[in-house]
Amino acid sequence: MSPANSASLPASAVKPAINFISGADRHIRRRLLLSQLFAWACRLATYASLAILVVLLAAIFYSSIGRLAWDFVTNTNSTNPAKAGMLAGLWGSFWLILFTAIFSIPVGVGSAVYLEEIARDSFLVRIIKINLANLAGVPSIVYGILGYTVFRSSAAVLSRLFDGHCLIGVMGLFKIRLMKLPIYEDNILVGALTLTLVILPTVIAASQEALRSVPSSIRVASLALGATRWQTIWHQVIPASLPGISTGVILSTSRAIGEAAPLIMLGALTYTSMCPGSIDSPIELVTRPAQVLRAPLDQFTAMPIEIYDWSKQPDSRFTAVAASGIVVLLVVLLAINSVAMIVRHYASRRLRW
Amino acid sequence: MPAITSGNVPPSVAGVDRELDMTAHSSAIEARHLNFFYGEHQVLFDVSLTVPERSVTALIGPSGCGKSTFLRTLNRMNDLIEGSRCQGEILVEGQNIMDPAVDVVLLRKHVGMVFQKSTPFPKSIFDNVAYGPRVAGEKNRAVLADLVESCLKKAALWDEVKDRLTTSAMSLSGGQQQRLCIARTLATNPRIILMDEPASALDPASTDRIENLIGELCANYTIVIVTHNMQQASRVSHQTAFFYKGKLIETGPTMKIFTHPSEKKTEDYITGRFG
Repeated sequence: MSPANSASLPASAVKPAINFISGADRHIRRRLLLSQLFAWACRLATYASLAILVVLLAAIFYSSIGRLAWDFVTNTNSTNPAKAGMLAGLWGSFWLILFTAIFSIPVGVGSAVYLEEIARDSFLVRIIKINLANLAGVPSIVYGILGYTVFRSSAAVLSRLFDGHCLIGVMGLFKIRLMKLPIYEDNILVGALTLTLVILPTVIAASQEALRSVPSSIRVASLALGATRWQTIWHQVIPASLPGISTGVILSTSRAIGEAAPLIMLGALTYTSMCPGSIDSPIELVTRPAQVLRAPLDQFTAMPIEIYDWSKQPDSRFTAVAASGIVVLLVVLLAINSVAMIVRHYASRRLRW
Repeated sequence: MPAITSGNVPPSVAGVDRELDMTAHSSAIEARHLNFFYGEHQVLFDVSLTVPERSVTALIGPSGCGKSTFLRTLNRMNDLIEGSRCQGEILVEGQNIMDPAVDVVLLRKHVGMVFQKSTPFPKSIFDNVAYGPRVAGEKNRAVLADLVESCLKKAALWDEVKDRLTTSAMSLSGGQQQRLCIARTLATNPRIILMDEPASALDPASTDRIENLIGELCANYTIVIVTHNMQQASRVSHQTAFFYKGKLIETGPTMKIFTHPSEKKTEDYITGRFG
């Protein structure tokens, strides 16, 4: 409006200029205050959980002071708390996780590939997908009972069938030797199969997520170049989803390390001073191959079971032992998660997104 | 029908003989009475089109008129969409590809496709171009290297990438990625190349290069290009087909379609009365 006409307008039509800076509007001030309060509540939640974690870790480290030493990981269990060590648990967990990975990776990744890439959307497929999500929430002790009924009984039957031993031919340097492998009912393979059941739903779910994250344009482009569906999956989809799949597998495996309930159901030993297959150090994996073959069919104990056992001892000196066990378990978990990060980093770099 | 003013007369693409003698070229693709359904919804109504060999045919029409769907039936990419149904015949090199006995993998090797949004694989440039021959069974490294070089040269990308064949294809610009996709399609040695709006996501300079590329390629390949851009159709193609609401309204030499079309709908679309 031109200055010449402004005098003819009524006073109500001329609005006062808004001062954007003064903060005089109290409604806006209240909304800003609420917004800041919300941000502070979130900060509190985060730092509170962090603080609890720090306190727990500090308490554990403090409790472990009496016993945490290098010989803790080189000794096996003993009734003397000053000598009790975790070697049998470490080896038991090692064998368990090795075979759990061997069983769960092909089955888990294969199922995810089938459900995401190959299966046509039908009623049955939808039922399977829904139930997989439910299975991830089933308490692990239920899998322990299932493992006992199915796997341990099968192992018992096999054991009796072969009269407690199985004969396998081993290629020696110049001839084939026959070896007797004792089959125990509660052996590592039974434990590994049960743990596979425990982690399979999460492995499948993580793999499905990873497969879904590959853009469909990649698949379409691959098919348009004359690739078959399997070639597309093998050469494009799986390599592109490898970071996600490997992260899912490794994290699920690290969850399996901490599982005690299903293994106790299966009859894993609570107190033992023997490592599976009597293999005490990593060198023996190479030098005593016969024992390596015995190990999967041998009885075992695992880290969480030993910790549980020590924490139940009436002798108060075992508190430090149990705490040291927890520290070792945490270190192992940290190592595994670091491996997961490294694998993911290298797989992503090779992927060149 | 009034002649369209000189502003619409298409300039010739450099080096390409625009006046195509139809009788000299046999048909590479012949669609006969094609009806296409997504479930119960019909999107193509009795489409019959002949695409001559070693020429560029442009499919034009407003959005949703079925031209991309028609393009995808030519290499059976619509099979990937659940619930799609196709009736009619499509003869590619004289053989009906709607026959269930046809090996679609082999078909797609010979009828290549370039998509609107360039989708290089997350691999190196070399592996991208070599992917087609590799899945077809070629393992010899020397043969693959020669093939990659010749295809990148044909796609006018060799000079820009010859020093970095092992770097990621994702590091290329949009126009370079699209040319990489064209090189990738050429590597399978197709007879026919289908292009679904190949330059719509690119800047004018890249678009210009792609159009020149099409002009060079059409001497050896049959090209069918879907485009929203009428000026592009008039620049690059020998024959144009106008689709509207799933029906093929008119088809004919590009010069004729853009200067004196026979159908009123075609003229309305070309002069911009709708679309």
